[in-house]
Amino acid sequence: MRITQGCFSFLPDLTDEQISAQLEYCLKNEWAIGIEYTDDPHPRNTYWDMWGLPMFDLKDAKGAMMELDECRKAHSESYIRINAFDSTRGFETVRMSFIVNRPSKEAHYVMTRTDVRGRTQSYSWQKAD
Amino acid sequence: MNDQASIPLTVDLKAEYEASGVADILNELENELVGLQPVKQRLREIAALLIVERARKSMGLSHEPPTLHMSFTGNPGTGKTTLALRMANILHRLGYIRKGHLVSVTRDDLVGQYIGHTAPKTKDVLKRAMGGVLFIDEAYYLYRPDNERDYGQEAIEILLQVMENNREDLVVILAGYADRMEMFFQSNPGFRSRIAHHIDFPDYGNEELLTISETMLAKQNYHFNAEARAIMASYIDKRRQQPHFANARSIRNALDRARLRQANRLFSSSNGPLDAEALSTIAAEDIAASRVFSGGIDSKTS
Repeated sequence: MRITQGCFSFLPDLTDEQISAQLEYCLKNEWAIGIEYTDDPHPRNTYWDMWGLPMFDLKDAKGAMMELDECRKAHSESYIRINAFDSTRGFETVRMSFIVNRPSKEAHYVMTRTDVRGRTQSYSWQKAD
Repeated sequence: MNDQASIPLTVDLKAEYEASGVADILNELENELVGLQPVKQRLREIAALLIVERARKSMGLSHEPPTLHMSFTGNPGTGKTTLALRMANILHRLGYIRKGHLVSVTRDDLVGQYIGHTAPKTKDVLKRAMGGVLFIDEAYYLYRPDNERDYGQEAIEILLQVMENNREDLVVILAGYADRMEMFFQSNPGFRSRIAHHIDFPDYGNEELLTISETMLAKQNYHFNAEARAIMASYIDKRRQQPHFANARSIRNALDRARLRQANRLFSSSNGPLDAEALSTIAAEDIAASRVFSGGIDSKTS
Protein backbone atom coordinates (compact mmCIF):
# COMPACT_ATOMS: atom_id res chain seq x y z
CA MET A 1 0.00 0.00 0.00
CA ARG A 2 1.47 3.28 -1.07
CA ILE A 3 1.83 5.66 1.84
CA THR A 4 0.61 9.13 0.91
CA GLN A 5 1.86 11.84 3.24
CA GLY A 6 3.05 15.36 2.62
CA CYS A 7 3.52 16.95 -0.78
CA PHE A 8 3.82 15.08 -4.07
CA SER A 9 2.85 11.73 -2.56
CA PHE A 10 0.23 11.03 -5.23
CA LEU A 11 2.84 11.55 -7.92
CA PRO A 12 5.41 8.99 -8.97
CA ASP A 13 8.51 9.06 -6.73
CA LEU A 14 10.65 12.12 -7.33
CA THR A 15 13.98 11.63 -9.03
CA ASP A 16 17.11 13.06 -7.41
CA GLU A 17 17.05 15.86 -9.94
CA GLN A 18 13.49 16.74 -8.99
CA ILE A 19 14.33 16.57 -5.29
CA SER A 20 17.24 18.94 -5.92
CA ALA A 21 14.92 21.34 -7.69
CA GLN A 22 12.48 21.27 -4.77
CA LEU A 23 15.34 21.87 -2.36
CA GLU A 24 16.48 24.82 -4.43
CA TYR A 25 12.97 26.22 -4.14
CA CYS A 26 13.10 25.82 -0.34
CA LEU A 27 16.52 27.45 -0.11
CA LYS A 28 15.36 30.31 -2.31
CA ASN A 29 12.70 30.98 0.31
CA GLU A 30 15.35 30.77 3.03
CA TRP A 31 13.80 27.74 4.65
CA ALA A 32 15.95 25.38 6.69
CA ILE A 33 16.05 21.78 5.54
CA GLY A 34 15.74 18.79 7.81
CA ILE A 35 15.94 15.10 6.96
CA GLU A 36 13.96 12.54 8.97
CA TYR A 37 13.43 8.81 8.71
CA THR A 38 11.20 6.21 10.26
CA ASP A 39 10.09 2.60 9.93
CA ASP A 40 6.65 3.44 11.25
CA PRO A 41 4.81 5.64 8.74
CA HIS A 42 1.51 5.51 10.65
CA PRO A 43 -0.21 8.88 10.11
CA ARG A 44 -0.43 9.42 13.88
CA ASN A 45 3.31 8.91 14.25
CA THR A 46 4.48 12.51 13.97
CA TYR A 47 7.82 11.86 15.61
CA TRP A 48 10.22 10.63 12.97
CA ASP A 49 13.90 10.22 13.80
CA MET A 50 16.06 13.15 12.82
CA TRP A 51 19.00 12.54 10.53
CA GLY A 52 21.34 15.09 12.03
CA LEU A 53 20.20 18.60 12.81
CA PRO A 54 18.23 20.66 10.32
CA MET A 55 20.56 22.55 8.02
CA PHE A 56 20.14 26.25 8.57
CA ASP A 57 22.93 27.80 6.57
CA LEU A 58 22.90 26.02 3.23
CA LYS A 59 23.19 27.93 -0.02
CA ASP A 60 22.97 25.08 -2.47
CA ALA A 61 20.80 21.95 -2.68
CA LYS A 62 23.87 19.79 -3.12
CA GLY A 63 24.67 20.09 0.58
CA ALA A 64 21.32 18.60 1.55
CA MET A 65 21.56 15.97 -1.19
CA MET A 66 24.85 14.79 0.30
CA GLU A 67 23.12 14.25 3.63
CA LEU A 68 20.22 12.54 1.93
CA ASP A 69 22.60 10.13 0.21
CA GLU A 70 24.20 9.33 3.55
CA CYS A 71 20.81 8.77 5.11
CA ARG A 72 19.70 6.52 2.25
CA LYS A 73 22.84 4.49 2.64
CA ALA A 74 22.17 3.94 6.32
CA HIS A 75 18.38 3.54 6.14
CA SER A 76 17.54 2.33 2.67
CA GLU A 77 14.60 0.28 3.97
CA SER A 78 13.00 3.19 5.83
CA TYR A 79 10.78 6.04 4.91
CA ILE A 80 12.79 9.23 4.56
CA ARG A 81 11.22 12.63 4.30
CA ILE A 82 12.52 16.13 3.83
CA ASN A 83 11.04 18.95 5.86
CA ALA A 84 11.48 22.62 5.08
CA PHE A 85 11.22 24.97 8.05
CA ASP A 86 10.17 28.57 7.77
CA SER A 87 11.30 30.91 10.56
CA THR A 88 9.43 34.02 9.40
CA ARG A 89 7.19 34.06 12.48
CA GLY A 90 10.03 33.67 14.92
CA PHE A 91 9.71 29.95 15.32
CA GLU A 92 10.38 27.14 12.91
CA THR A 93 7.24 26.07 11.07
CA VAL A 94 7.13 23.20 8.61
CA ARG A 95 6.21 24.71 5.28
CA MET A 96 6.84 21.74 3.11
CA SER A 97 7.36 18.06 3.73
CA PHE A 98 7.76 15.29 1.22
CA ILE A 99 8.80 11.65 1.15
CA VAL A 100 12.01 10.95 -0.71
CA ASN A 101 12.62 7.31 0.08
CA ARG A 102 10.36 4.30 0.54
CA PRO A 103 11.16 0.73 1.56
CA SER A 104 10.95 -1.86 -1.19
CA LYS A 105 7.94 -3.40 0.51
CA GLU A 106 5.65 -0.77 1.91
CA ALA A 107 3.62 -1.12 5.08
CA HIS A 108 -0.02 -2.07 4.78
CA TYR A 109 -2.70 -0.53 6.99
CA VAL A 110 -6.22 -1.70 7.66
CA MET A 111 -8.98 0.36 9.20
CA THR A 112 -10.99 -0.94 12.11
CA ARG A 113 -14.37 0.48 13.08
CA THR A 114 -15.33 0.14 16.73
CA ASP A 115 -18.78 0.79 18.13
CA VAL A 116 -18.41 2.97 21.18
CA ARG A 117 -21.67 4.29 22.56
CA GLY A 118 -25.02 4.57 20.88
CA ARG A 119 -24.35 4.80 17.16
CA THR A 120 -20.94 6.44 17.64
CA GLN A 121 -18.05 4.77 15.93
CA SER A 122 -14.33 5.27 16.38
CA TYR A 123 -11.84 4.55 13.65
CA SER A 124 -8.32 3.31 13.98
CA TRP A 125 -5.65 2.12 11.59
CA GLN A 126 -3.52 -0.91 12.24
CA LYS A 127 -0.48 -2.13 10.48
CA ALA A 128 -1.15 -5.42 8.71
CA ASP A 129 1.06 -7.70 6.68
CA MET B 1 15.94 13.05 -34.87
CA ASN B 2 16.56 16.76 -35.01
CA ASP B 3 19.43 16.56 -32.58
CA GLN B 4 21.99 16.62 -35.35
CA ALA B 5 20.48 19.70 -36.89
CA SER B 6 20.52 21.71 -33.65
CA ILE B 7 24.26 21.36 -33.18
CA PRO B 8 26.01 24.37 -34.70
CA LEU B 9 28.78 23.66 -37.18
CA THR B 10 30.96 26.57 -36.19
CA VAL B 11 31.36 28.61 -33.06
CA ASP B 12 32.30 32.24 -32.94
CA LEU B 13 34.50 32.47 -29.86
CA LYS B 14 34.65 36.24 -30.11
CA ALA B 15 30.87 36.46 -29.97
CA GLU B 16 30.74 33.99 -27.10
CA TYR B 17 33.30 36.07 -25.27
CA GLU B 18 31.32 39.25 -25.75
CA ALA B 19 28.05 37.64 -24.78
CA SER B 20 29.33 35.98 -21.63
CA GLY B 21 30.29 39.26 -19.98
CA VAL B 22 33.73 37.87 -19.23
CA ALA B 23 35.35 40.93 -20.78
CA ASP B 24 33.65 43.15 -18.20
CA ILE B 25 34.84 40.96 -15.36
CA LEU B 26 38.43 40.98 -16.55
CA ASN B 27 38.43 44.73 -17.17
CA GLU B 28 36.99 45.35 -13.76
CA LEU B 29 39.72 43.25 -12.23
CA GLU B 30 42.35 45.05 -14.26
CA ASN B 31 41.12 48.43 -13.08
CA GLU B 32 40.47 47.67 -9.45
CA LEU B 33 43.49 45.58 -8.54
CA VAL B 34 46.93 47.09 -8.91
CA GLY B 35 49.77 44.93 -10.19
CA LEU B 36 49.44 41.14 -9.72
CA GLN B 37 50.17 40.41 -13.38
CA PRO B 38 50.69 36.62 -13.03
CA VAL B 39 47.40 36.35 -11.18
CA LYS B 40 45.49 38.26 -13.81
CA GLN B 41 47.16 36.25 -16.54
CA ARG B 42 45.99 33.02 -14.92
CA LEU B 43 42.47 34.36 -14.55
CA ARG B 44 42.41 35.23 -18.25
CA GLU B 45 43.44 31.68 -19.04
CA ILE B 46 40.75 30.23 -16.81
CA ALA B 47 38.15 32.47 -18.40
CA ALA B 48 39.28 31.39 -21.88
CA LEU B 49 39.09 27.74 -20.86
CA LEU B 50 35.57 28.14 -19.55
CA ILE B 51 34.43 29.78 -22.78
CA VAL B 52 36.03 27.10 -24.92
CA GLU B 53 34.46 24.43 -22.72
CA ARG B 54 31.08 26.02 -23.22
CA ALA B 55 31.61 26.11 -26.97
CA ARG B 56 32.67 22.46 -26.99
CA LYS B 57 29.59 21.57 -25.04
CA SER B 58 27.34 23.35 -27.51
CA MET B 59 28.91 21.36 -30.36
CA GLY B 60 28.38 18.11 -28.56
CA LEU B 61 32.07 17.42 -28.00
CA SER B 62 32.99 15.57 -24.89
CA HIS B 63 33.72 17.85 -22.02
CA GLU B 64 34.69 17.32 -18.47
CA PRO B 65 34.29 19.97 -15.82
CA PRO B 66 37.71 21.55 -15.36
CA THR B 67 39.32 21.41 -11.94
CA LEU B 68 39.46 24.88 -10.54
CA HIS B 69 40.82 24.28 -7.06
CA MET B 70 43.52 26.85 -6.42
CA SER B 71 46.31 27.60 -4.10
CA PHE B 72 47.37 31.18 -3.48
CA THR B 73 50.86 31.64 -2.14
CA GLY B 74 52.75 34.80 -1.49
CA ASN B 75 54.20 37.12 1.10
CA PRO B 76 52.03 38.91 3.65
CA GLY B 77 49.84 41.65 2.26
CA THR B 78 50.07 40.69 -1.41
CA GLY B 79 46.31 40.48 -1.87
CA LYS B 80 45.64 36.75 -1.48
CA THR B 81 42.59 37.13 0.70
CA THR B 82 41.31 40.11 -1.27
CA LEU B 83 41.44 38.17 -4.51
CA ALA B 84 39.87 35.05 -2.97
CA LEU B 85 36.91 37.14 -1.88
CA ARG B 86 36.48 38.28 -5.47
CA MET B 87 37.10 34.87 -6.94
CA ALA B 88 33.71 33.59 -5.80
CA ASN B 89 32.02 36.43 -7.62
CA ILE B 90 34.15 35.99 -10.72
CA LEU B 91 33.61 32.24 -10.99
CA HIS B 92 29.91 32.69 -10.45
CA ARG B 93 29.70 35.21 -13.26
CA LEU B 94 31.73 32.94 -15.50
CA GLY B 95 29.03 30.37 -14.86
CA TYR B 96 31.30 27.90 -13.21
CA ILE B 97 29.81 27.77 -9.72
CA ARG B 98 26.10 27.87 -9.09
CA LYS B 99 25.69 30.24 -6.15
CA GLY B 100 28.77 32.41 -5.88
CA HIS B 101 29.00 32.69 -2.12
CA LEU B 102 32.25 32.41 -0.24
CA VAL B 103 32.76 30.40 2.91
CA SER B 104 35.95 31.51 4.60
CA VAL B 105 37.36 29.14 7.19
CA THR B 106 40.53 28.48 9.14
CA ARG B 107 41.74 25.44 11.04
CA ASP B 108 39.35 26.08 13.94
CA ASP B 109 36.30 25.65 11.72
CA LEU B 110 37.42 22.33 10.28
CA VAL B 111 39.24 20.49 13.01
CA GLY B 112 37.49 19.26 16.13
CA GLN B 113 38.70 19.04 19.67
CA TYR B 114 38.16 15.39 20.40
CA ILE B 115 37.87 12.09 18.56
CA GLY B 116 34.88 11.95 16.25
CA HIS B 117 34.34 15.69 16.31
CA THR B 118 36.33 16.54 13.20
CA ALA B 119 34.41 14.71 10.49
CA PRO B 120 30.97 16.22 11.21
CA LYS B 121 32.55 19.64 11.58
CA THR B 122 34.38 19.45 8.28
CA LYS B 123 31.36 17.99 6.51
CA ASP B 124 29.20 20.77 7.87
CA VAL B 125 31.52 23.39 6.44
CA LEU B 126 31.62 21.56 3.10
CA LYS B 127 27.83 21.38 2.96
CA ARG B 128 27.64 25.09 3.54
CA ALA B 129 30.23 25.75 0.83
CA MET B 130 28.45 23.68 -1.84
CA GLY B 131 27.72 25.75 -4.92
CA GLY B 132 30.31 28.33 -3.92
CA VAL B 133 33.92 28.78 -2.94
CA LEU B 134 35.54 27.35 0.16
CA PHE B 135 38.43 29.55 1.18
CA ILE B 136 40.88 28.03 3.65
CA ASP B 137 43.16 30.73 4.95
CA GLU B 138 46.56 29.68 6.28
CA ALA B 139 45.87 26.14 5.18
CA TYR B 140 49.18 24.81 6.48
CA TYR B 141 47.83 24.90 10.03
CA LEU B 142 45.64 21.96 9.07
CA TYR B 143 48.67 19.74 9.19
CA ARG B 144 50.77 19.61 12.33
CA PRO B 145 53.74 17.35 11.71
CA ASP B 146 54.89 17.55 15.32
CA ASN B 147 51.73 15.85 16.63
CA GLU B 148 50.94 12.59 14.92
CA ARG B 149 47.59 12.27 16.68
CA ASP B 150 46.47 15.64 15.45
CA TYR B 151 42.93 15.59 14.05
CA GLY B 152 43.94 17.85 11.17
CA GLN B 153 44.80 14.80 9.09
CA GLU B 154 41.20 13.63 9.27
CA ALA B 155 39.95 16.97 7.99
CA ILE B 156 42.49 16.82 5.16
CA GLU B 157 41.27 13.38 4.09
CA ILE B 158 37.65 14.48 3.94
CA LEU B 159 38.62 17.61 2.05
CA LEU B 160 40.59 15.65 -0.52
CA GLN B 161 37.71 13.28 -1.09
CA VAL B 162 35.20 16.06 -1.66
CA MET B 163 37.63 18.01 -3.84
CA GLU B 164 37.88 14.96 -6.06
CA ASN B 165 34.24 13.84 -6.12
CA ASN B 166 32.41 17.16 -6.11
CA ARG B 167 34.54 19.09 -8.54
CA GLU B 168 31.55 20.70 -10.22
CA ASP B 169 29.92 21.62 -6.92
CA LEU B 170 32.56 23.67 -5.20
CA VAL B 171 35.92 25.31 -5.66
CA VAL B 172 38.45 25.09 -2.86
CA ILE B 173 41.02 27.86 -2.52
CA LEU B 174 43.93 27.42 -0.15
CA ALA B 175 45.99 30.42 0.85
CA GLY B 176 49.13 30.92 2.82
CA TYR B 177 52.70 32.09 2.91
CA ALA B 178 54.81 30.51 0.21
CA ASP B 179 57.41 28.64 2.25
CA ARG B 180 54.98 27.12 4.70
CA MET B 181 52.55 26.12 1.96
CA GLU B 182 55.43 24.38 0.22
CA MET B 183 56.06 22.31 3.35
CA PHE B 184 52.36 21.59 3.62
CA PHE B 185 52.22 20.28 0.06
CA GLN B 186 55.32 18.21 0.57
CA SER B 187 53.76 16.37 3.47
CA ASN B 188 50.40 16.06 1.68
CA PRO B 189 51.20 15.18 -1.93
CA GLY B 190 47.54 14.40 -2.58
CA PHE B 191 46.74 18.04 -2.15
CA ARG B 192 49.25 19.27 -4.65
CA SER B 193 48.01 17.02 -7.41
CA ARG B 194 44.37 17.86 -6.84
CA ILE B 195 44.99 21.56 -7.15
CA ALA B 196 45.19 22.65 -10.74
CA HIS B 197 46.18 26.23 -10.23
CA HIS B 198 49.12 27.19 -8.08
CA ILE B 199 49.20 30.93 -8.22
CA ASP B 200 52.10 32.82 -6.76
CA PHE B 201 51.48 36.39 -5.68
CA PRO B 202 54.54 38.57 -6.33
CA ASP B 203 55.56 41.41 -4.02
CA TYR B 204 54.36 44.83 -5.08
CA GLY B 205 56.79 47.31 -6.59
CA ASN B 206 57.23 50.75 -5.06
CA GLU B 207 55.20 52.43 -7.78
CA GLU B 208 52.40 49.93 -7.31
CA LEU B 209 52.33 50.46 -3.57
CA LEU B 210 52.07 54.20 -4.11
CA THR B 211 49.12 53.68 -6.43
CA ILE B 212 47.56 51.35 -3.87
CA SER B 213 47.99 53.92 -1.12
CA GLU B 214 46.24 56.53 -3.24
CA THR B 215 43.38 54.14 -4.01
CA MET B 216 43.01 53.29 -0.34
CA LEU B 217 42.83 56.96 0.58
CA ALA B 218 40.41 57.73 -2.23
CA LYS B 219 38.07 55.03 -0.91
CA GLN B 220 37.92 56.87 2.41
CA ASN B 221 37.61 60.28 0.75
CA TYR B 222 41.11 61.39 1.58
CA HIS B 223 43.91 62.44 -0.74
CA PHE B 224 47.59 63.38 -0.64
CA ASN B 225 48.81 66.82 -1.50
CA ALA B 226 51.83 67.00 -3.81
CA GLU B 227 54.55 66.94 -1.10
CA ALA B 228 52.77 64.21 0.81
CA ARG B 229 52.74 62.04 -2.27
CA ALA B 230 56.48 62.50 -2.71
CA ILE B 231 57.21 61.74 0.91
CA MET B 232 54.93 58.69 0.79
CA ALA B 233 57.08 57.38 -2.07
CA SER B 234 60.20 57.67 0.03
CA TYR B 235 58.33 56.20 3.01
CA ILE B 236 57.55 53.09 0.96
CA ASP B 237 61.16 52.85 -0.15
CA LYS B 238 62.43 53.08 3.45
CA ARG B 239 59.76 50.87 4.95
CA ARG B 240 60.67 48.10 2.55
CA GLN B 241 64.18 47.90 4.01
CA GLN B 242 62.87 47.41 7.52
CA PRO B 243 61.70 44.20 9.16
CA HIS B 244 58.10 42.95 9.13
CA PHE B 245 57.32 44.61 5.83
CA ALA B 246 53.91 43.33 4.75
CA ASN B 247 53.30 45.01 1.39
CA ALA B 248 49.84 46.51 1.11
CA ARG B 249 49.05 45.77 4.74
CA SER B 250 51.97 47.94 5.89
CA ILE B 251 50.69 50.68 3.66
CA ARG B 252 47.22 50.42 5.11
CA ASN B 253 48.59 50.68 8.62
CA ALA B 254 50.78 53.63 7.67
CA LEU B 255 47.78 55.42 6.23
CA ASP B 256 45.72 54.72 9.33
CA ARG B 257 48.44 56.33 11.44
CA ALA B 258 48.72 59.24 9.01
CA ARG B 259 45.01 59.86 9.44
CA LEU B 260 45.47 59.92 13.21
CA ARG B 261 48.23 62.48 12.89
CA GLN B 262 46.21 64.53 10.45
CA ALA B 263 43.29 64.61 12.86
CA ASN B 264 45.59 65.62 15.68
CA ARG B 265 47.23 68.32 13.53
CA LEU B 266 43.88 69.79 12.54
CA PHE B 267 42.76 69.74 16.14
CA SER B 268 45.78 71.48 17.56
CA SER B 269 46.40 73.98 14.77
CA SER B 270 42.96 75.05 13.66
CA ASN B 271 41.54 78.31 14.85
CA GLY B 272 38.63 78.86 12.56
CA PRO B 273 36.26 76.99 10.30
CA LEU B 274 37.77 74.20 8.18
CA ASP B 275 36.55 73.27 4.72
CA ALA B 276 36.16 69.79 3.30
CA GLU B 277 39.43 70.17 1.44
CA ALA B 278 41.38 70.67 4.67
CA LEU B 279 39.58 67.74 6.31
CA SER B 280 40.46 65.34 3.56
CA THR B 281 44.03 66.31 2.74
CA ILE B 282 46.93 64.29 4.10
CA ALA B 283 49.90 66.66 4.30
CA ALA B 284 53.61 65.85 4.14
CA GLU B 285 54.11 66.28 7.89
CA ASP B 286 51.48 63.63 8.67
CA ILE B 287 53.67 61.03 7.02
CA ALA B 288 57.05 62.54 7.82
CA ALA B 289 56.36 62.12 11.55
CA SER B 290 56.48 58.34 11.09
CA ARG B 291 59.17 56.49 13.01
CA VAL B 292 60.19 54.83 9.76
CA PHE B 293 62.08 58.07 9.08
CA SER B 294 63.58 58.20 12.57
CA GLY B 295 65.51 55.00 12.93
CA GLY B 296 63.04 52.33 12.03
CA ILE B 297 60.03 50.38 13.14
CA ASP B 298 61.88 48.60 15.93
CA SER B 299 63.31 51.70 17.58
CA LYS B 300 61.68 52.39 20.91
CA THR B 301 62.38 56.11 20.82
CA SER B 302 59.55 57.29 18.62
